[in-house]
Amino acid sequence: MNIPSQITTLLAGIILTLISFWYGQNHNLLPVAASRNAASVDNLFDAMLTIGTGIFLLVSGILIYSAIKFRRQPDDISDGPPVHGNIPLEILWTAIPAILVLGISVYSFDVYTTQGGMDPMDHSMAHGKAHHPMAANPGSAVAATLVAQADPNQQQAESVLQDPATNAVREDIPQRKDAPALGTVSPRVGASPDNSGTPPQLVINATGMQYAWLFTYPGTEVVAGELHVPLDRDVLINLSANDVLHAFWVPEFRLKQDAVPGRQTEIRFTPTKAGEYPLICAELCGAYHGAMKTIVVVEPQEAYDSWLQSQQVASAETRDRAVAGTVHPALIAANPATLTDEQYLAPYAHDMGIDAAMLDQLRPHQSHS
Amino acid sequence: MTQAAQIQEKGNQLAHGNKPGNWKEYFTFSTDHKVIGIQYLVTTFVFYLIGGVLATLVRTELATPESDFVSREVYNGLFTVHATVMIFLWIVPAATGGFGNYLIPLMIGARDMAFPRLNALAFWIIPPTGLMLMSSFLVGAPGAGWTSYPPLSLVSGKAGEMIWILSILLLGTSSILAAVNFIVTIFRMRVPGMGLNQMPLFCWAMLATSFLALIATPVLAGAMILLSFDLLIGTAFFNPTGGGDPVVYQHLFWFYSHPAVYIMILPIFGMISEIVSVHARKPIFGYKAIAYSSIAICGLGLIVWAHHMFTSGTPPWLRMFFMITTMVISVPTGIKIFSWLATLWGGKLDMSSALLFGMGFICLFVIGGISGVMTASVPFDIHVHDTYFIVAHLHYVLFGGSVFGLYGGFYHWFPKITGRMMNETWGKVHFWLTFIGFNLAFMPMHKLGMEGMNRRIAEYDPKFATLNLVCTIGAYLLAVSTLPFIVNATWSWVRGKPAGDNPWRALTLEWMTTSPPPVENFEVDPVLVTGPYDYGMGSRAKDVDVPFSEADDPALSAGPSSTLRAKPDPVVAANPSDRGTESHNRD
Repeated sequence: MNIPSQITTLLAGIILTLISFWYGQNHNLLPVAASRNAASVDNLFDAMLTIGTGIFLLVSGILIYSAIKFRRQPDDISDGPPVHGNIPLEILWTAIPAILVLGISVYSFDVYTTQGGMDPMDHSMAHGKAHHPMAANPGSAVAATLVAQADPNQQQAESVLQDPATNAVREDIPQRKDAPALGTVSPRVGASPDNSGTPPQLVINATGMQYAWLFTYPGTEVVAGELHVPLDRDVLINLSANDVLHAFWVPEFRLKQDAVPGRQTEIRFTPTKAGEYPLICAELCGAYHGAMKTIVVVEPQEAYDSWLQSQQVASAETRDRAVAGTVHPALIAANPATLTDEQYLAPYAHDMGIDAAMLDQLRPHQSHS
Repeated sequence: MTQAAQIQEKGNQLAHGNKPGNWKEYFTFSTDHKVIGIQYLVTTFVFYLIGGVLATLVRTELATPESDFVSREVYNGLFTVHATVMIFLWIVPAATGGFGNYLIPLMIGARDMAFPRLNALAFWIIPPTGLMLMSSFLVGAPGAGWTSYPPLSLVSGKAGEMIWILSILLLGTSSILAAVNFIVTIFRMRVPGMGLNQMPLFCWAMLATSFLALIATPVLAGAMILLSFDLLIGTAFFNPTGGGDPVVYQHLFWFYSHPAVYIMILPIFGMISEIVSVHARKPIFGYKAIAYSSIAICGLGLIVWAHHMFTSGTPPWLRMFFMITTMVISVPTGIKIFSWLATLWGGKLDMSSALLFGMGFICLFVIGGISGVMTASVPFDIHVHDTYFIVAHLHYVLFGGSVFGLYGGFYHWFPKITGRMMNETWGKVHFWLTFIGFNLAFMPMHKLGMEGMNRRIAEYDPKFATLNLVCTIGAYLLAVSTLPFIVNATWSWVRGKPAGDNPWRALTLEWMTTSPPPVENFEVDPVLVTGPYDYGMGSRAKDVDVPFSEADDPALSAGPSSTLRAKPDPVVAANPSDRGTESHNRD
């Protein structure tokens, strides 16, 4: 028995393990963790990095050792030992990775649940079927039977659009009204288990469009281009998109969710560190995709309140300015989002002295047909 | 001392062919699988260089944080076409069409592929399609990424997008035709005496690859046709403004495009098994484990696709399902890695360029595999999805994996294909330049992605400038690293040292005929005197000292007329007098 070589192997194993553990804790690869569940994602990554480093060092160590130790002598044309396999060894290196990845799966599942990925209380479902408007109309009784289960996507879209500011910035994209409930509402990162069943402390609607995010705060008239959230509050973002796919990503929160036109998605988190973090569109959305980013400002409740106050004042001022002439007075009463372009432009055209005949002449498809 | 290679060579002296081909046929609609294989390899390598130019342009744009090199629209076209070219015009056709075509009939002792004309057709779809895809730059290149997600793909440049769809449809057709051909060839045309478990591992890998291509590619074709309807005639399969669902497209797309990753890597696994065993002078460690793990990857590869969609619309239970299947697929992959390491262990490594690329493959692919397990984990993937971490991961798998393996294959089989050796010194220069350039270009991207740099952007936060500059320098080095290979290959093809039939003293049947092999490969059917990996099976001089001078004597010879063999198959019998109309050995 060759004891020295066993000791060397043992030492190599210990060093490999130590390096892996050290690197797993000191990789410095992730940005600051600023949401309540970010740390658990980081711990998961640390664990996976530790295992990964160990495997990489083992594999590359064997490669380098073999390249040096088992190099063929120039004049040696004989073959190596005819070893065809070793069943116990093969079982070992099938079992160990299998156990490792199953362990990582269980750990990931645990973290995912903590994040709120498995949130069973779908609040849009909780409203039940009573909201279904067709029920009141006897003529649509057949349709109502067909749509036995109310479409939660549609319900949520309707409830989100009740907020006038959100309604103004969101495109009305047809919802799939007849789809079965399963999978219709895009999955989300929902409430963490301890928040499950409780309504979020703050709801914000986010709408993605080429190439900006617009945030509306239900109950206020505020439309903002950057996201302000109060520190340590359980925030729910309702996400959708107006044109193409976008994705809401805050690296410091370790959270990402696609915004899909026609679908209602949500993402729920609790910011824990005050500061300004980038809020990035992470799904290719066109030429200026790289420019589609803004910031999320996490600030104490008082600062948040005063920001919201100032925004409300600002939006009121905009309204006043509108009355004073920036937006045509004839439009103030109407909701611009419900008007067609022509209806919207009509008062302006009238003011400029352009009549219908002149408009017709300006249209290329009509002048040539 | 008699080596296994000598025994195998002696047993196949009769099969040894002598008629070299004619160079002109490389430019014709030849039905010879070797000509087609070379046509594939040269054509796809040209497309690799084109894709490399596009990548270099992308990295030039990203050398600085501002969008200052090309317009943003052109930039999106660059990375879209780069990915499409590298996947559909380089790795897939080079690995399956190129090496698969050239090697499979030789390795199983067949005269050609089962459907030679179909084979030629599958190749000749590729050059015009490639040119068509390139021409999209004249009308505005497709700019929705190689994934071409609607609605973006429906609203950005109709002409370019339609060219892209047509290219994918045609290249997919080519891939399906090739897959059918490989499956039939491998099942029906093996030399008598070669059971499935006597096949070289490359054949197993190609079998698994072909099944994947056959099952998955039609789904992509369906998705492409629906997308073109949305694009051209305003249907709303995927267009949400008409009530369509963009997420359905993602499912259809990834149902093909994740297996596509295995279509790109499984043949490489097969090639690495050959290279490692031959150049370490040892039998492959755990033949059956490697062979069957290819089949396991083929099966599992079909049920992992939604891990590309963890943030885009997959219900929680599906997220968990796809996380676990994705985790599990790393087990058969790990079996292969450890088996290769065990093959190397205790061998007699010649450290040739082919083996260097093989070992480089193992080292880099392991990194790609580890980051793959990380991204399989849903909570972590939610953070890094669509970031440079993914860009790093996929390049470690497809460049550090597939392209290193392809280079290893070029160095290993070049002597057989051309009859001449490549220059080893320049081969090593090529390896180290590629290895260093590759790691410089892609290692920093892991950190960039985790720190918050999303992918497919022409401009980025200035805080990422330094690492991006390192990546760009690495990409330039990678571009330069192809030069030694091109010069070496060209020069060696014309004036390299003559290789002889079997310069690596290998045992698989492709080395038992002339280099380059004649039309129809073998004079008579080759025989398996040894298994494909029986290196170091000891000196058998005193046991099998058969007078090969009398190879036709059934009592003495181990050759095709030996009494030890099964009764000559009347369909394929080498001797015309043994031929009949009906086969007795086959059903």
